[in-house]
Amino acid sequence: MASLAPRGLGIRFAIAAAISLCLSLSLGGARAEETTNVMIDNFTFEPAQLTVKVGTTVTWKNRDDIPHTIVSAGKFRSKTLDTDDSYSFTFTTTGDYKYFCSLHPHMTGMIKVE
Amino acid sequence: MSDHDHNDEGSGVSRRRVLECMTWAGTGVLWTITGGVPRSMGLVGSAQAAEPAGMTFLQISDSHVGFDKPANPNALGTLEEAINKINAMPVKPSFMIHTGDITHLSKAVEFDNADRIISQAKLDVHYVPGEHDFIDEEVKLYKERYGRGTKGAGWYSFDANGVHFIGLVNVVDLKAGGLGNLGAEQLEWLEQDVKGRSKSTPIVVFAHIPLWTVYPTWGWGTEDGGRALDYLKGFGSVTVLNGHIHQVMQKVEGNVTFHTARSTAFPQPAPGTAPSPGPMKVADDKLRGLLGVASINFKPGDQRLAIIDTPLQG
Repeated sequence: MASLAPRGLGIRFAIAAAISLCLSLSLGGARAEETTNVMIDNFTFEPAQLTVKVGTTVTWKNRDDIPHTIVSAGKFRSKTLDTDDSYSFTFTTTGDYKYFCSLHPHMTGMIKVE
Repeated sequence: MSDHDHNDEGSGVSRRRVLECMTWAGTGVLWTITGGVPRSMGLVGSAQAAEPAGMTFLQISDSHVGFDKPANPNALGTLEEAINKINAMPVKPSFMIHTGDITHLSKAVEFDNADRIISQAKLDVHYVPGEHDFIDEEVKLYKERYGRGTKGAGWYSFDANGVHFIGLVNVVDLKAGGLGNLGAEQLEWLEQDVKGRSKSTPIVVFAHIPLWTVYPTWGWGTEDGGRALDYLKGFGSVTVLNGHIHQVMQKVEGNVTFHTARSTAFPQPAPGTAPSPGPMKVADDKLRGLLGVASINFKPGDQRLAIIDTPLQG
């Protein structure tokens, strides 16, 4: 990217903009939340807060060398995720889903479902 | 293995108020109890020279059997090295305590391997669980193996040589955003357990997560640890032994000495010195130095314990 001439960069941005406009249109004009992954790195959920549409499946992936869990009291609970294990949950109702790691409870996050 | 034969060994405290300490033997801490107050025995070499009076016991912690990541691809091997060190000690300890995270993932094979190695010390072992020992799907393996004769999630007490030992569990029912947790039921039990005991009885409390607040940003502390310590107020000598943070840390507050032991598996960074408390990868030739010898010295008549870290290899 850094080696591209300014003009080339401009063209690339234009193409990217056109593609994303096209994508938006194909989704009925609504702005889609594209991020559905939450990464666990360094005992942190990233992003810590994520807003998604109803029906979205969110996947957490543990990239630490230590196991973690994803627990939202009364809503969902993953098995213990070892390194590189994933857990997915599909959100079918709106609301704020606060969750944490039951092994390292200082790790907290939230999925906002609209 | 049967670990909780909670009887009084009852040889009594003939020596006054000298509790403890110790030799770092590779990756374990050797504690000498001759009453109630920690006493220095220096390094392994000087321990050899000084025939310690009273009782000695050993603490190992955080063996994380099953861990195979870059920070230590062979955690079982370093556990075995630690046990070999213990076996080579000139003075055989009376028993051992293990302050949790026996396994990395609570798999049956991990518990089996841990037991196969630890039993080579031929010592009674008094365990408390770490959070890594409760992550099998049915949460039953730890309790099946080590929970016999314990209350709740695995707490209990026993007496040895006039010292009252209390094993606590602070790794279950953790609350979002919080720290380690003892819970109301266990605290109630603790209150009853120490009630009516002579205040001159030396108390040793051991649990996985530090009972005092070491570094809350990384969850290193126990939410209701202060309440437990309230019940121990008035006792002349209280020693609190923990693991979990894979490094030596200690504090003395009045009559209470807090101390954390090293891991036999991998080191963790000092509070705030890394993005996270995860396993710390060091050069291969440095690993055993960090798991290795450190001595804790307590000068007679002095309330403060002094830590001297001495790498086994350096």
